Order: sequence, then structure tokens, then C-alpha cells
Amino acid sequence: MSSIISRRRHPAAGYAAVAGGLVVAGVLYGTFSGGGASAASSTQDSTQVAQGHSLFLQSCASCHGVDAQGTAQAPSLIGAGAAAVDFQMSTGRMPAKDLAAENDRKPQTEFTQAQIYDIAAWVASLGGGPSIPSSSDVSTAKANTALGSELFSTNCAQCHGFAGAGGALTYGKTAPSLNASTPTQIYEAMLTGPEAMPVFGDGTITPSEKRDIIAYITATRTEANPGGFSLGRTGTVTEGLLGWLGGLGFLVLIAMWLTAKRKDHVKAESEHHS
Amino acid sequence: MSETPEEPLGPRRVIGTPSTAPKAVDTQAESSRPAFSAEPEDLKHAKNAERLVAALFVLAFLAGCGFIAAFIGIEVGQNTIPKGANAVVAATRSNFALGTCLSIALLALGAGSIIWVRQLTPNIEIAEERHDLNSAPEDRAAFKRDFAEGAAISQITRRPLVRRTMLLATAPLALAPLVLLRDLGPLPQTDLRHTVWRKGLRAVTLGGLRPLRPSDISTPGSLITVIPEGYQSDDDALAKAGVILIKFAPGELHIPTNHDGGAVVSTMNWTIDNIVAYSKICTHVGCPVALYEQTTHHILCPCHQSTFDAANGANVIFGPAARALPQLPLMLTSAGFIAAASDFTQPVGPSFWERG
Repeated sequence: MSSIISRRRHPAAGYAAVAGGLVVAGVLYGTFSGGGASAASSTQDSTQVAQGHSLFLQSCASCHGVDAQGTAQAPSLIGAGAAAVDFQMSTGRMPAKDLAAENDRKPQTEFTQAQIYDIAAWVASLGGGPSIPSSSDVSTAKANTALGSELFSTNCAQCHGFAGAGGALTYGKTAPSLNASTPTQIYEAMLTGPEAMPVFGDGTITPSEKRDIIAYITATRTEANPGGFSLGRTGTVTEGLLGWLGGLGFLVLIAMWLTAKRKDHVKAESEHHS
Repeated sequence: MSETPEEPLGPRRVIGTPSTAPKAVDTQAESSRPAFSAEPEDLKHAKNAERLVAALFVLAFLAGCGFIAAFIGIEVGQNTIPKGANAVVAATRSNFALGTCLSIALLALGAGSIIWVRQLTPNIEIAEERHDLNSAPEDRAAFKRDFAEGAAISQITRRPLVRRTMLLATAPLALAPLVLLRDLGPLPQTDLRHTVWRKGLRAVTLGGLRPLRPSDISTPGSLITVIPEGYQSDDDALAKAGVILIKFAPGELHIPTNHDGGAVVSTMNWTIDNIVAYSKICTHVGCPVALYEQTTHHILCPCHQSTFDAANGANVIFGPAARALPQLPLMLTSAGFIAAASDFTQPVGPSFWERG
């Protein structure tokens, strides 16, 4: 028993000591860099990589393995790329709250954006994978929203709904709503194919077409909603169905009431007969 | 029930109501009916009910006026709504106003009528006798006689030449609807069994219309919808020729098989570099299937939840579809682009009567 404990504790203790030192360095780095480091320029930074490694060991290694090689519980992150890390962590899906086939978006993330960039830089340093798109990569300033709409209905709408409201997949899984997604997150999702989503790499949907799709998604949010409980902007379908079913039941009750005898007449009749 | 005779309700006869003067002919029939009083038993109750009915009718009148006012007053046209206003919002507002007014008007009218009938009209029971549906024997005998007489007068039995030429004259007219219906559209010929895919026809992305190299779909888990090059404006062709390309990691793709004229054939040489092409048209009722989960390799149809296993020849693993998604054999053109190696070897889309 004690041999097992010593074997398990031995490497972790070493890492913890390194991690402690790195956290101090990270705090110092954070105060000097101001947390506003841009992703493109900072992914190469060796300090950032080291800092990301320490954060990884604290929060990610228990599932993904100390070398991000993957375990029975979680996939390998070697070759996953910075974009995948940024998508999973900035949407709050990682760290996962439990071991499931998919994780929901969380309103708040456990990490600052600078810390996420650090971890992304370390994962990217393991080799391969798409990098985080820059703000000009996701800019919709010159995007073709109409083409974006066509591409969205061809490639995205079957799961996410024609207005990005989300939908059902197999065995209880769901495609999430895109209403809260930032342009960067949409771009990263297409690039990396998180969870059950297929990959839409730059070979199949070009960066320009990705910006068109983002323009369509963001433009749809500001369009007027046809009302009702919406159901993905389909209009008043839900209450219409309820109206039909409930209304028909109500009409049956009305019909019974119409054909019922008035109480005083029933009484008068029984008196008349007796 | 009181036995007082029927009296006129008011000083003047209201138009549309029967005359109060007794008709000589009807006296006997009327006398067999139970007499009733038009005067309610509870005067105060009746007065309240009358006021309620009147109030509901006034409400229905106001709501009806509101409907007309809303129809005239609320603009919905793209050119007539105020500048900057949204047409969808304007239509929503108009629909809400029209629907509310019409609902209130019809509901109040109906409720008023029901209360009128239940609270104000006297409660009398009327028995309605049922009679046999068939005619009296003498009527039937008379009809038979008339029919035979008419036939004899027309001489149709005596003059077979006239009778037969008349039948001959009507026969083409009776058959005319058949040729008219037949001409409603061309027969599908072999269109149900074939698509426009043929050897060497390149696959291009839907939307961007770019041909693809295997390196463009290099990441395992990639999916893209493609169409035959040059057919982007041909809706008849696109309705059946839509194809999804799926890239697998090495080893993920089990030896796919497909049914080719009854024989099961390996389709391993139909793929390029672990890229597989399946028809995007569901074999159930033809919805586009592209809900692909790269973790489970399931392709789900959003209409009726038919689920296909993309790693196993798109066999059906759930839902109402009866057949696997047809697989399109792939090849590379000399320039290295992905193209069809032939048409589908089996009909795509829903089953049809003669499919076999």
C-alpha cells in the first residue's frame, strides 16, 4: 500500500513544486503583461508555454494525462491545437463538470482569457492543430451574409436549426444554440469540430466562407423574431399546438355543457313524474 | 308547465317570425304538440340573462368594428410601414390585433347565442318520429310502370342500331379523361434509378462551388456537402445528386459493403484516403441527412430520426428507414480532384413501387 502511495505521489510532488514556482512567475507575468496579450503574437512565447503547462497540470492533467497523452476518460490533446483549447475553455465546457459525451456551455469560465491563452500555447507547443483565429480572421466587415446563409443552411442548419437555436442529436445529445457564441468561438468550432460536431476545415469551408457564416449567424440575432415561444424562430407554433389540443378539449366540454339538462328542469321533471 | 294558451309576445309581429294568427290547416297538428308558455318562470332571472346576452352582442359588435379598424389602420406592406419599421414586427402586430378582435367577436356572439337559448327560450321536449326510408309500395309500383313506359316510348329496346351507335358515341368521351390525366406529366423513365453522377464528374462544394482535393478534407471527422460540378442550377438533378463526403481516421472505417443488384460487394476501393461519399437523401422519405456525429459516426435524419452508421456502409441502426444510404464510388481525376467513379449502383432516395 505504502509503495503504491509513494509511487503515485512521487511525480506529482515534483510537479507541484514546479507548479508552485510557475504560479508565482505567472502572477508576476500577469501583472506586467496586463492580461491583454494577443493570441497570435503570444502563442510562441516560452514563458506563456511554461505557465500554460503549470495550469494544465493543475486543472487538466487529471483527465487528459500529465503529458496530454489522453487517458481512458479523456482524449489526447496532442495535435488538438490552440483553437480547440480556446473554444473548449472560453465557452466553459472545459474543465468538464462530469465525464459525459458532451458538456454544456457555462455562463462563466473558471479561467481568465490570459490563462486560457497560456494553456492553449502549451497545447499548441505539443505540435500541430489549428491556431486561434485573430480578430481580423473573424471580422465580418466585408462578409457576404447571403452566401453565409446558403452555406449555413447547407452545412450547419441540419443540427443547429436554421436560426442557430440548436437541436437534438442521437442518444440524448444536442447541438447547442449559437446565440451566445462569439465570432471567434464559431470560427474555432468549425475549425476543430468540438465534441460530436464534424470538422469544417479551411479546405472545405474557406476562411472567407467562415466569415460569411459568422456574419449570417450574428445578423440573424438582430432580425425581428416572429413572436411566440419562438421554438428557434419558427413563430407561434408551440402555443398554436397547445391551442389546438387544449382548445379541442375545451370545445368538447362546451359541447357537453350545451347538451346537458338544466338542473331545475331535471328537478321539475322528476316532480312531474312522481 | 302552465296551460295558458299562446299569446303574442309584443304589439307588432317581428319580421321572420310566424304569424300569431292560427292557421286552419295546422290546427290539428298543432293541437297534438304540448302547449308551452313563452313567459319565463323567473322574471328577474330572465331579465338578467337578457342584459347579459345584449352585453355580449354589443361586445361582439365592438370587436367586429375593431377588426375592420385594425385591418384598415395597421400597415403591413413593405412600402407602407413607417420608415425604419420592421415588416415582420408589423405583420406580427397586425396578426395579433386581427386575431384578438375576431376571437372576441366570434366568442361573444357564440356565448350570447348559447345563453339566449339556454336561459331565455322555454324548455320544451320535442319528439321527432322516425319513419322508414323506403317509399310506399304504390309509389314503387308507379315508378316501375313509368320507367317501363318511358323505355317503350323511347324505342331503345326496339331499335338496337340506335342503341349501339349511341354507346359507341359515348365510349371515346368516357375514355378521354384517361389520356388527359396521362398527359399531366412525363413518366419518370429511368430517373428514379439514376442520378447525373458519372465517371470523372467532379464533386464541388455546395455554396462555394469549389472542387476538392483529398488534402482539403485531411482532418478526420471532416464533413462536407458536395454536388456534381455544373449542376448547381439544375434543381431536378440536385434533388437526388446531393452527396456528403466524410473523412475517417485510419482504421475507423470498417470494410463497407453495398448492395449491387442483390449481391453484396466490398466498397473499399470506392473510397479515397479514408474519404467516403454517401447520398445525402434519406432512404425513408427523402429528407436531407447530414447530422453527422464525428464521435459516434452516426448520420441522423432530422425528419424521422433514422440513424445510419457511417463507419459501416451507412447501415440503418435506428428509425424507419429500411435501406442503407447508397454509397457513391469515388476516384481521383488526373489533376488530383475528387470525382465520381460511376453513378450510384442503386437507386437513391425513398423506395418506390417497382424498385424491387
